[in-house]
Amino acid sequence: MKFPKIDFDAMKNEGTGSVTAVERRKFLKLGFAIAGVYAGGKILSLTSLVGSAQASTGAERAVQDIYSPHYAMVIRQSMCIDCERCVEACTKTNDVPDYAYRTRILTKKYIGTLDKAVEFIPVLCNHCNNPPCVRGCPTKATYKDPVTGIVRMENKKCIGCKTCMLACPYDARYFNEEKHAIDKCDFCWEKRLSKGETQTGCSAACPTGARTFGDLSDPNSIVYKLVHQIQEEVWVLRPEDNTKPNVFYMKGTIGSVDAILKGSKFKYFDPTKV
Amino acid sequence: MSEMMINISEKWGYHGVAALKKASPGYKMVIGFFALVALAGLLVGLHGKFVGYRHVYNVTKEIPWGMLISAYIFCVVTSTGLCIVSSFGHVFGNEALMPIAKRAVFLSIIFLLGGFCIIFFDIENPFRMAIWNVISPNFRSNMWWMGTLYGAYMVFMMIEYYCLLNQNHTVSRIVGFIGLTVGIAAHSNLGGIFGMLHGRPFWYGPYLPIYFIFSAAMSGGCAILFFTTLAAKINPEIMNQRMERAVKSLTLLTIYFIATIIFFTIWKVITGLVSEGKYPIIMSFLTGDYAINFLFFEVFLGMVLPLFLLILSRGRRYTLIMWTTGLMMIGIFFMRYDIVIPGQMVPVYHSLGVVEASHLLSYVPSFHEIMASIWGLCFIIVAYLAGEKMLNGHQLQKHEIVPEGAYICPGCGGIHYMKEGETMEEAMKRQHGSW
Repeated sequence: MKFPKIDFDAMKNEGTGSVTAVERRKFLKLGFAIAGVYAGGKILSLTSLVGSAQASTGAERAVQDIYSPHYAMVIRQSMCIDCERCVEACTKTNDVPDYAYRTRILTKKYIGTLDKAVEFIPVLCNHCNNPPCVRGCPTKATYKDPVTGIVRMENKKCIGCKTCMLACPYDARYFNEEKHAIDKCDFCWEKRLSKGETQTGCSAACPTGARTFGDLSDPNSIVYKLVHQIQEEVWVLRPEDNTKPNVFYMKGTIGSVDAILKGSKFKYFDPTKV
Repeated sequence: MSEMMINISEKWGYHGVAALKKASPGYKMVIGFFALVALAGLLVGLHGKFVGYRHVYNVTKEIPWGMLISAYIFCVVTSTGLCIVSSFGHVFGNEALMPIAKRAVFLSIIFLLGGFCIIFFDIENPFRMAIWNVISPNFRSNMWWMGTLYGAYMVFMMIEYYCLLNQNHTVSRIVGFIGLTVGIAAHSNLGGIFGMLHGRPFWYGPYLPIYFIFSAAMSGGCAILFFTTLAAKINPEIMNQRMERAVKSLTLLTIYFIATIIFFTIWKVITGLVSEGKYPIIMSFLTGDYAINFLFFEVFLGMVLPLFLLILSRGRRYTLIMWTTGLMMIGIFFMRYDIVIPGQMVPVYHSLGVVEASHLLSYVPSFHEIMASIWGLCFIIVAYLAGEKMLNGHQLQKHEIVPEGAYICPGCGGIHYMKEGETMEEAMKRQHGSW
C-alpha cells in the first residue's frame, strides 16, 4: 500500500472553528471511553486483589440459607458520631450492670490523612456462624440458636469457667454477677425481638443509621441490600479467625445509602440470578 | 477393726496418726504453720466467694484468667509430671527408678487435689459443673475434656496407688499405664485449651500441648527430686543404695528435660519475634514488664541455674539438689504464670488500630487471688509432710516388681539375683562381702 506524501509543514492551519460540536463530542467520548476502560479495569483489578487479600463484598462473607430469619447487622462506620445512644439503649433494655457492657464504640484516629481525623467503630457480639465461644463452652450453656442464628445463653448451665470470654475474638462477653452467668448481646432477642419488635435497642436508638439491623434471608431487608451490593466494600472484623460473623462493616457514605434506600438505579448482586 | 489396722500397717507401711504424734516438736510446728496458712487461704477464698469474685479479684473482662489459673496449671503440670516420671520405673520397668514410684504417685494425687482446691475458687459456679458436665456435655469443648479426663486421671491414679500399697504390682502396672495415657491426654488437652483459642495468637497452635507434656516431665523430675531429698532430711533412713541410684538417674533425667525446655523456649522467643500477634508479648518478656518474670525467674531460676547446679551435684550432693530443685519450683511457677497472663495481654482489637486497644493490658494478682492460690499450695505441703510420717517415708519392703530368682536386699534395698542353688544368705554374702 502506498501512502500519499503530505508535506505537513506546508499545510495551512484550518483552525478549530471548522470542527463541528458533534465531532468534538464524538472525539471526547472516544477519549473518555479509552481512559474509562483503563481506569475502570485498574480499579476492578485492585478491588479483586483486596477481596482475595482480606475483605470482599459481603455476599461472599455471608453464609446463606441457614437461618430464617437470619438476623444480621451492618455497621456503616462513617456515619457513627459516637453519641453512645446505642450503648445507653442497650444498657437500659438489657439491664446491663455498670461494670460491663454488651456493646461499645471504639475510636480510631488517623494521622496524616486529608479528609478525616477520627472514625468510630461500634462493636458488639458478631453472632458468628462459626462461633469459637460455642465450641469452647463445656456445658453448652452458650449455643447458636438453630432458628435465628443468634448466639444465646442458657444461664442455668453456665459454670463460669470463662473459656468463652477468652475464645471470643470480639471481646463480647462478661460475667454477670446478678445472673451468675456469662452475659452477652443477644440482638435483644429476649427483650425485643421475641416480643414482636423488628429492631434491636441499639439500632432503634441510632440517630444516624450507622447501625442497621435486619434479616439477611430477606432480599427486601436493608441488611440484605447493603451486604449484597458491590459498589462499596463490605468487611468483617478479624476475618483471619474464620468466625463467619453476622455483623458486617462498611464505610457507608450518605450517597450510597441514599441510593440503596431509594432503590434508584442501584444494582446489587443477586445470587439467585447467577 | 484393730486387726485390720494392724494388717494394713504391716502391708502398707501405714503408721497412721500415731506416727504424726510421735514427730518432733519442730516438725509439728512446721506442719501446724502450713496448716494455719492453708486455713487462712481457705477462709480468704471463701470470703471472696461470698462477696463475689468481681469485687476482690483483679481479673477483668479482658484478662479473665489470672493467678488462680496459673497456680492450678502449676499443680496439674507437676501432677502429670510426677505420673510420667514414676511410670518410667514401675510401669515401663526401668529398675533404677522404681524406688520413687510410691512417693511420686502419692504426690501426683496430692498435687492434683491441690490444683482442684485452687480452681474451685476460680470457677464461678463449681457446683453447676458437676451437674451440667454430665447432663449437657459438649464434646467439642476442650474445657469439657479437661474436667472429664482429669477426673478419670485422678480415679486411675488412686487405684494405682491403692494397688501399689497392696503390693498388687500386676494390676498396678496396668492401671498405671492407663493412668499415664489418660494423664497425658488430659494434660496435652490442657495445652489444647490454650492452643485452640485461635483468637489469641500467643497461644494458638500445636506448640502448647507439646510443650506442656515436656514441661510436665521436667516439673515432675524437679518435684520428685525436691521431695525425695527433703524426705531424706526428714528421715535419713529412706536413703539406701537403691534410692541413691534412683536420685542419680532422676538427676540425669531432669537435666535432659531442662535442656529440652531450654530448646523449646529459645524457639518460642525466636519465632515470636517475627509474628505480629506475638511480638509485643515477646518484647515485654525481653525488655518490658515481664522481663524479671521471664529472664530471672523463668529462665535463670527455672532453667539455667538448675541445669548448672544439677550437673555440678552429680546426683550425689543431696542438700545442693534440694535447694536447686526448690528454687527451680519457684521458677516453674513463674513459667506457668508467663503462659497464662501474657497470652491475654494483647487486646483483641489491637490489630484494628483503635485507641482503646493500643496498649498492652496489665494484671497484678490481688490479695484474695494470692491467698486462694496459697490455700492449694499449702494443702499440698501439709499433705506431703503428714504423708511422710504417716506412710513411713513411703518405704516398703517390696514396692516394686521383683524379677524371678531375685530378692530385695534387706541391707541395701537393691534387687539381687540368686545363682542357681544359692540361698538368699549366700547371695547376700556374695554381693556385700562381709555381710
